[in-house]
Amino acid sequence: MSTETLVRADERVKTESFATKLMKRPELGAIGGVVLVTVFFFLTADRTMFTLSGIMNFMTPAAQLGILGIAAAMLMIGGEFDLSIGSMVAFAGMVFGVFVVNIGMPLVIAIPLTMGLAAALGVTNGLIVLRTGLPSFIVTLAGLFVLRGASLVGLKIFTGGSTQLRGIREAVEGDFLAPIFSGDAFGFILTWLAKAGLVDSFKSGVPKVPGIPVEIIWFIAFALVATYVLLRTPAGNWIFATGGDALAAQNSGVPVRRVKISLFMLTAMAAALVAIITVIDAGSTDARRGFMKEFEAIIAAVIGGCLLTGGYGSAIGAFFGAIIFGMVTIGLTYTRFDQDWFQVFLGAMLLLAVIFNNVIRRRVTGER
Amino acid sequence: MSAPIIHMENIKKHYGNVIALNGVTFDLRAGECHCLLGDNGAGKSTFIKTMSGVHKPTEGSITFEGRPLSFDSPRDAMEAGIATVFQDLAMIPLMSVTRNFFMGREPTKGRGLFKRFDIDTANEITMAEMRKMGINLRGPDQAVGTLSGGERQTVAIARAVYFGAKVLILDEPTSALGVRQTANVLSTINRVRAQGIGVVFISHNVRHALAVGDRFTVLNRGQTLGTATRGEITAAQLQDLMAGGQEMAELEGSLGGTV
Repeated sequence: MSTETLVRADERVKTESFATKLMKRPELGAIGGVVLVTVFFFLTADRTMFTLSGIMNFMTPAAQLGILGIAAAMLMIGGEFDLSIGSMVAFAGMVFGVFVVNIGMPLVIAIPLTMGLAAALGVTNGLIVLRTGLPSFIVTLAGLFVLRGASLVGLKIFTGGSTQLRGIREAVEGDFLAPIFSGDAFGFILTWLAKAGLVDSFKSGVPKVPGIPVEIIWFIAFALVATYVLLRTPAGNWIFATGGDALAAQNSGVPVRRVKISLFMLTAMAAALVAIITVIDAGSTDARRGFMKEFEAIIAAVIGGCLLTGGYGSAIGAFFGAIIFGMVTIGLTYTRFDQDWFQVFLGAMLLLAVIFNNVIRRRVTGER
Repeated sequence: MSAPIIHMENIKKHYGNVIALNGVTFDLRAGECHCLLGDNGAGKSTFIKTMSGVHKPTEGSITFEGRPLSFDSPRDAMEAGIATVFQDLAMIPLMSVTRNFFMGREPTKGRGLFKRFDIDTANEITMAEMRKMGINLRGPDQAVGTLSGGERQTVAIARAVYFGAKVLILDEPTSALGVRQTANVLSTINRVRAQGIGVVFISHNVRHALAVGDRFTVLNRGQTLGTATRGEITAAQLQDLMAGGQEMAELEGSLGGTV
């Protein structure tokens, strides 16, 4: 802008270097974490971890967690928590299984119905939080137990006593929607790359990695859409405002209630999506599905720069937070370390991230 | 001067058996700064909340641009052109100035699914509006939390003005500010007034009021003690009115006229 030069700069404000600007991005910690973890595994893990198939190996669980993590991040930016998403994965998985196996619905009906039900439960969460004014932490903690229990009871009813419902893969086989929610995508690209000798292939010319698992595609797409919504739409501004100060947002004309309810819907639907993808992939569903995922999702969001107090964070951060997760869980199997170090790592990472985020927040707001 | 934009006649407000306002009459013309003075508990807050649509008066009438009016919500008042800058400012420290400026009223471009927040336009407008108010931002993405109290006031005022306020109600804008920042806010009020907007300036600081006010109305115990025009009244007289007379005179004597 040409007018910029006419304005006398405030002599007390130092010009910011690119590095300082970067320091203020919420996702910085997560990206730094990815770099650290990558270096760590480069030094300690077997070389196969960073081959294409190795990468797919850790990206698949990262994607499954990341879809939840990005939704959880958006909700956290909006100032609320949803502890029921892990149980929602089990519940939606059960409902979906019953729809396709017991009732025999085609996916084109079963998926929207499952999603719709999850959304309705999300709205219920939101309404309870808004009506009672209770912390969403407590309300959704109740949801965590209610949905977990309901999944268990439901599975027993629909399977005649078992806690596992089988036969899902057979039920959806040949369905035209199945390729969007299961298996690998873009197989042709990998076949082509294999022919060109750019990726590892078997002697027959079939690539070792037959395609990109669909959840990774969903994960990346969701991260991009979420980032776009947060940074480039009015709705995104409303989410930040709602989480930053709900009353101030309300007074400025932001539809705070609608924002919060939509975000609760989003987390529930993200859980249902993960349920559908993983249930088709496994071919069965059980009541332990999604166990502890609510906490892992929140940890991914926090590593990604979300403040527990709301109003600050990023979807891209949660994206990298989930990748760190996947790399560590799977990566440890490529090393000689005991895999159970994973939990130790998790706790340490969470603590570090929270401390780091607090420092960042002080810088951003200029608190002293 | 022109006819008043807003005229409030004999406003009464009761909360159960508590009488917060007991007959307040107040009017405001375009391009003037009308100061509403009163000590704590005089009913200033209740009165401006009535004016900005938060409360409905128990009795009394409000005339806005010549028509009788009754606001159902603050939104109605905002849409009619009555903007209030409350003490807590309705600003979010973690968000950038631009995002705060357009919070709830974001400009968009594109259509349908591609309808998006026009951040470039928003940034440009914010920078330009802030410059008009005499504040040089480091950048439109500077977080509001890094601004001083006075600058935040100015952002809030600039926002209200940009969105077409005809009446701007400022609730004790200078109460928590230092000398320099107070001067900035007072000069902002001056600029806003020059644009033909009516400013209601609530304060309990007589000197701040006298610095920018055109007329002064003193509230005491839920009633108006009268309205004076600039030049008709001295700081000491205003101070006495606010305090309700005698006790203050005694106090002032013992403090050597410093209050």
